[in-house]
Amino acid sequence: MKIAAANASMRSAASTSVPVAVHAAVDTKGLPEKVSIRNLDFFYGASKALKNITLPLYGNKATAFIGPSGCGKSTLLRVLNRMYDLYPNQRATGEVSFDGEDVLSPKQDLNLLRSRIGMVFQKPTPFPMSIYENIAFGVRLYEKLSRSELSSRVESALRRAALWDEVKDKLSANGLSLSGGQQQRLCIARTVAVKPEVILFDEPCSALDPISTAKIEELIDELKRDYTIVIVTHNMQQAARVSDFTAFMYLGSLVEFGPTQVIFTSPKDQRTQDYITGRFG
Amino acid sequence: MAATADRRLYARRRRRNGVMMGCAYAATLFGIGWLVLILGVLLWEGFNGVSLQVFTEMTPPPGGAGGLLNPIMGSLILTALGVAIGTPIGIFAGTYMAEYGRYEHLTSVVRFINDILLSAPSIVIGLFIYEVMVAPMGHFSGLAGAVALAVIVIPVVVRTTEDMLILVPNALREAAAALGLPRAYIVRRIAYRAARAGIITGVLLAIARISGETAPLLFTALNNQFWSTDLRAPMASLPAVIFQFALSPYADWQRLAWTGALIITGTVLALSIIARALTASRKAS
Repeated sequence: MKIAAANASMRSAASTSVPVAVHAAVDTKGLPEKVSIRNLDFFYGASKALKNITLPLYGNKATAFIGPSGCGKSTLLRVLNRMYDLYPNQRATGEVSFDGEDVLSPKQDLNLLRSRIGMVFQKPTPFPMSIYENIAFGVRLYEKLSRSELSSRVESALRRAALWDEVKDKLSANGLSLSGGQQQRLCIARTVAVKPEVILFDEPCSALDPISTAKIEELIDELKRDYTIVIVTHNMQQAARVSDFTAFMYLGSLVEFGPTQVIFTSPKDQRTQDYITGRFG
Repeated sequence: MAATADRRLYARRRRRNGVMMGCAYAATLFGIGWLVLILGVLLWEGFNGVSLQVFTEMTPPPGGAGGLLNPIMGSLILTALGVAIGTPIGIFAGTYMAEYGRYEHLTSVVRFINDILLSAPSIVIGLFIYEVMVAPMGHFSGLAGAVALAVIVIPVVVRTTEDMLILVPNALREAAAALGLPRAYIVRRIAYRAARAGIITGVLLAIARISGETAPLLFTALNNQFWSTDLRAPMASLPAVIFQFALSPYADWQRLAWTGALIITGTVLALSIIARALTASRKAS
């Protein structure tokens, strides 16, 4: 009975846009909004993939986007660094501001934007070059460093990504020779090395084994001190473990947003409740 | 009952399989047989004429002694120049199609035209260059020959460059873009590097293709009995010399033609093997 009722409420909520449940109980006043998303719509050609999303991303916090496949969480992530711009027929309308800067503006310098909002992908994507070059490559483009400064930047990035001890003796080996988990940490090191302000993680552990996953989760927790983190994940335990805030999305709409422990213990929306207890998705 | 019926069905299937396999083997042997025969005769006749003289002396008059130095040099110059002109154009066009205009209408138009050019008879290309270069200049020239060969190189390189770049996963481009790398960097430092072996293979195959072309050279570089590296003058080439000498009634010319054919075949074979090895190393990495 309960499930039927939930399904009914879901259907009605998907067609009419019900106001997002936001938890006012927990004080978020003191937190700076690093990125503010307001009334964001997104289209793949004619089909609308995101509907009127309004969401804050707080500085030095980790925000998780959860929801069933196809709910638009990855799409939302790819709006934040304008990754969708690489493809034709994809467009976003609404407002995304990043430290007060208009991200969606056509005048936005995408290369500069992406150097400030880094991204780690689902599949590890080391470049076809040495481990050292994988990291130095991006750095060289934006900073003029001496050889020793560059080396120490590479080292510190690898240390940040908890990879240094495993690769310090083979920095000239091809990045593709590493294991999947190591490759993913190399990608994180590469992202950290260009000193972004925000790091977007698009299901960073879905191709990895549990031990590598644990390492990367630990890393994300660590990185929060210096960066604003956004993570898309299919794994609810992961969202609960690493994030401070959670946004639950369904069918292109934001259903509920709030502090992670509130979302996972006392969600306001029936759909959120059903999803986190594993009734669908 | 059912068991015997099954056995009969099975036996019939085996028989049919045997017949079909026999046909397949026969067809394979037939095809390979001719190839072996051609290569065998070529090796036999060609090696008979191989000597140091071939590489040190000019083409002789009928009945005289001589070698193939001028056509070998001519072929090297024409091929090198043809590749030097054609490769950059081909790589640039292929890069546009795969990296910049992948979703543009222009790209599908260019791809269609390129495919036509790829299978265009080379004699047509020779005639075209004759019309636009040889006729206005008033004489045959090595330069016209190189341009004709370049026109053959371009579609091969365009095709392989585009194909190889399209094989580079988009995830790699996205990862590079996510670091704030400009498009040109992504193409140069990431996509080219990932597709390098494939693109080089394409160029090697293009060299193999043009090193045996005769028809376009007959209308452009013509031939030259003497040593000449002047691009404004007619230039000798192995295919043209083979064409001339093989059709001649003189035994020593015919022997030189066989040797020339052997040299070309050996070169093409070597290029194919290198291309193969590169493709294999690409798959392995």
